[in-house]
Amino acid sequence: MTQASPAIELKGISKAFGPVQANKDISISVQPGTIHGIVGENGAGKSTLMSILYGFYKADAGEIFINGKLTPIPDSQAAISAGIGMVHQHFKLVENFTVVENVILGAEDGAMLQPSIAKARKLLTELAEEYGLNVDPDAVVEELSVGHQQRVEILKQLYRKADILILDEPTGVLTPAEADQLFRILGRLKEEGKTIILITHKLREIMEVTDTVSVMRRGQMTATVKTAETSPPELAEMMVGRKVLLRVDKKPANPGATILKVDDLKVRDGKGVERLKGISFHIRAGEILGIAGVAGNGQTELLEVLGGMRPAQSGTVILNNDQIDLTGKHSNGQTRRNRGIAHVPEDRQQEGLIMPYEAWENIAFGYHHDPKYQRNRLLMNNTAIRADTMAKMERYDVRPPNPRLPARNFSGGNQQKLVVAREMERNPDLLLIGQPTRGVDIGAIEFIHQQIIALRDQGKAILLVSVELDEILGLSDRIAVMFDGHFMGERLPDETDERELGLMMAGMTKGAA
Amino acid sequence: MDKMPKWADVILIPLISVILALLVSGLVVLYIGESPVEAMQIMVRGAMGSAYGWGYTLFYATNFIFTGLAVAVAFHARMFNIGGEGQAALGGLGVAIVCLSVPWPHWSLALLVACGAAAIFGAAWAAIPAYLQAKRGSHIVITTIMFNFIASALLVYLLVNVFRVPGSMAPETARFADAVHLPNAADIAPWLGFRSSTPLNISFLLALLACFLVWMLIWRTRLGYEIRAFGHSETAAVYAGINPVRIIMIAMLISGGLAGLMATNSVMGEAERLVIDNVQGAGFVGIAVALMGRSHPVGVFLAAILFGVLYQGGAELEFEMPAVSREMIVVIQALVILFTGALDNMVRMPMEKLFLSLRRRDRADSPAE
Repeated sequence: MTQASPAIELKGISKAFGPVQANKDISISVQPGTIHGIVGENGAGKSTLMSILYGFYKADAGEIFINGKLTPIPDSQAAISAGIGMVHQHFKLVENFTVVENVILGAEDGAMLQPSIAKARKLLTELAEEYGLNVDPDAVVEELSVGHQQRVEILKQLYRKADILILDEPTGVLTPAEADQLFRILGRLKEEGKTIILITHKLREIMEVTDTVSVMRRGQMTATVKTAETSPPELAEMMVGRKVLLRVDKKPANPGATILKVDDLKVRDGKGVERLKGISFHIRAGEILGIAGVAGNGQTELLEVLGGMRPAQSGTVILNNDQIDLTGKHSNGQTRRNRGIAHVPEDRQQEGLIMPYEAWENIAFGYHHDPKYQRNRLLMNNTAIRADTMAKMERYDVRPPNPRLPARNFSGGNQQKLVVAREMERNPDLLLIGQPTRGVDIGAIEFIHQQIIALRDQGKAILLVSVELDEILGLSDRIAVMFDGHFMGERLPDETDERELGLMMAGMTKGAA
Repeated sequence: MDKMPKWADVILIPLISVILALLVSGLVVLYIGESPVEAMQIMVRGAMGSAYGWGYTLFYATNFIFTGLAVAVAFHARMFNIGGEGQAALGGLGVAIVCLSVPWPHWSLALLVACGAAAIFGAAWAAIPAYLQAKRGSHIVITTIMFNFIASALLVYLLVNVFRVPGSMAPETARFADAVHLPNAADIAPWLGFRSSTPLNISFLLALLACFLVWMLIWRTRLGYEIRAFGHSETAAVYAGINPVRIIMIAMLISGGLAGLMATNSVMGEAERLVIDNVQGAGFVGIAVALMGRSHPVGVFLAAILFGVLYQGGAELEFEMPAVSREMIVVIQALVILFTGALDNMVRMPMEKLFLSLRRRDRADSPAE
């Protein structure tokens, strides 16, 4: 692989969805045997560009060259035969198939499976040695850890003889340790001459593994630079178009009385699996307790129990010295709100908002019993809600400030601002906030973080759940790490670092508690 | 990003679908050697060309408004109520019991109580499937369909063994007393030229009132807000503290009640006794009406009128064009349902593309934007 021609060259790619210009005259060239990062905010057009390269969308204009040769890619089959493989953010694996069955799926040689399976098994062993991609070929995928499932995805692409790998936000679901392993594997792949495109919004990852990096903003490629010659603040500025505070500015906490006390909380899910295995903690007024952990270790259930969405089997929760009913018989999201708990749920699209509802209907959501939202005993006062929505949209800088726009037509950041505005403006004693900035652009992240700190400084108790360690470290006054339904321990943000938290997130402690 | 103006979504697309259905129907008529143009003329004239025709068209439409609203309300809570047929049949039972058991002094009083009975009986018939769905997760589509059969069997039993007039061979109740005779169109508006035998009666106004009330319920009350929220996302509803069991029960009870109300028109207004199969498929037509009307009362009203036209026009066509059989009429009705309900996207997708490209051209034309 010592050709001079670039592995991938895109020339003048444009793509519009209706009035939205998702990609505008994008040109990019990636040298073979390098790792090329693409950064940009949500909606900057990264995914669209990669979807064009992988044949999901057809570009309105522009040309694609693979290894110097003009290669039209009308569908993903063409992309695969051009040697392009894609690892999606959400894995596309058949959960109850074994690794080897997943690897050959769609690439079987004939009607009978055995020859393909034998061949794949042999190849998997070779690949494992070559790249350090160790996975048991006969393990069932649903029993593998997320990190290993991702390896299966990569193996699938290599089995299809991909020379160019596209990874879309690959570390979103990984622990820091798993992410490090992934980066080591990517390094090995690079040494063997593979070309890798890494799409991410985490600047740290870009700095760590890429050789070159392209920045996208509003559908355009604003810059392509050598990673060694740039810095995170510079990249952030190029992404947003202005200087951004990457660190959260905050004064030391001034905690008051205990607002929330949770003792030995145990929760089973619908299938009877124990999700919380005896959790105890407390939060004081004017304090942020951050809960770190890889997604799926019980954080969701914790928020749902406290928010009244799910009953608990045992344990006590005391809010402002009053015990809360956990059976779900006398309480729900409504009663929790009445007692001063506001809840920004982890998944704003499935839980926090009704996507087809207009902004004003969403601002009333969960608070639709509020007397000031009623015209009389039967009818809601839509005009009053709209006026209230207008005010909240202004205070939280929701754009566009149109109460009649359905929630789904707002960008991710503005959707989140709607939810945050609705919950924070209720002046709660306790704020539950899950993944406050997931899928939110950098500008909005900054704003939401400032709001959270401001609420803390007003003397509110805040329970923050996030899978972003930076966010946990930046905002929390105390950090608890959750693993497999347990708390692995509590740390102070000044006295710990990503390494230690990462180990705890993987279920390991360094002895000292 | 709005895809299309609302009028295109609500009016234009159903209209195109209907025209397509009629074109295909025309081919069918052509195939059996009759003139499609003439058939079309007969249908339109039969349904809308005279007070006589309108009387039947609006009578059918009244039935379809009730059953269409029933499906629409349930649909807002994402419940697919296929049981309108059985709920309407039970509503008929309620009406018959009210009309036969009390010597009513005046029809208005009887209608008031009959409405209550029809709604309660219909709602009760929907309550069991609703409870099974809410508490046990039994799928509402399956249970409501099965309840149609149970309702039908129950009615046969009651009409044969309990309500049959002694000595009569017909499985039907006695005729209601003259005092509960509802004013029909000829009584209310004689100047419009309705005959005294017209089936169109005061229930039509009830149906209009029901449209308005359903609109209020869905878009203006807190309950409607909760029903729609639940219909869009159950997890979000739980997050907001909306009780899913309560919403499923209430939405289905209202739905069943509306279906039951149909009996005021068909049983009390027209037949004036309870006969076997008094619903005659209106429960199922209601599904098509709600689909076509996009679960909005105005849409349901318009779609119900259209199906009324199809029913009445079809009957005329069958009468005047002997080559066109009863089954042929059903084919035409089915084509309309197929095109407006099942093949909706076939028209929708190209229309959305068209509107998008028009909008883009507009934008290109006005560089000021």
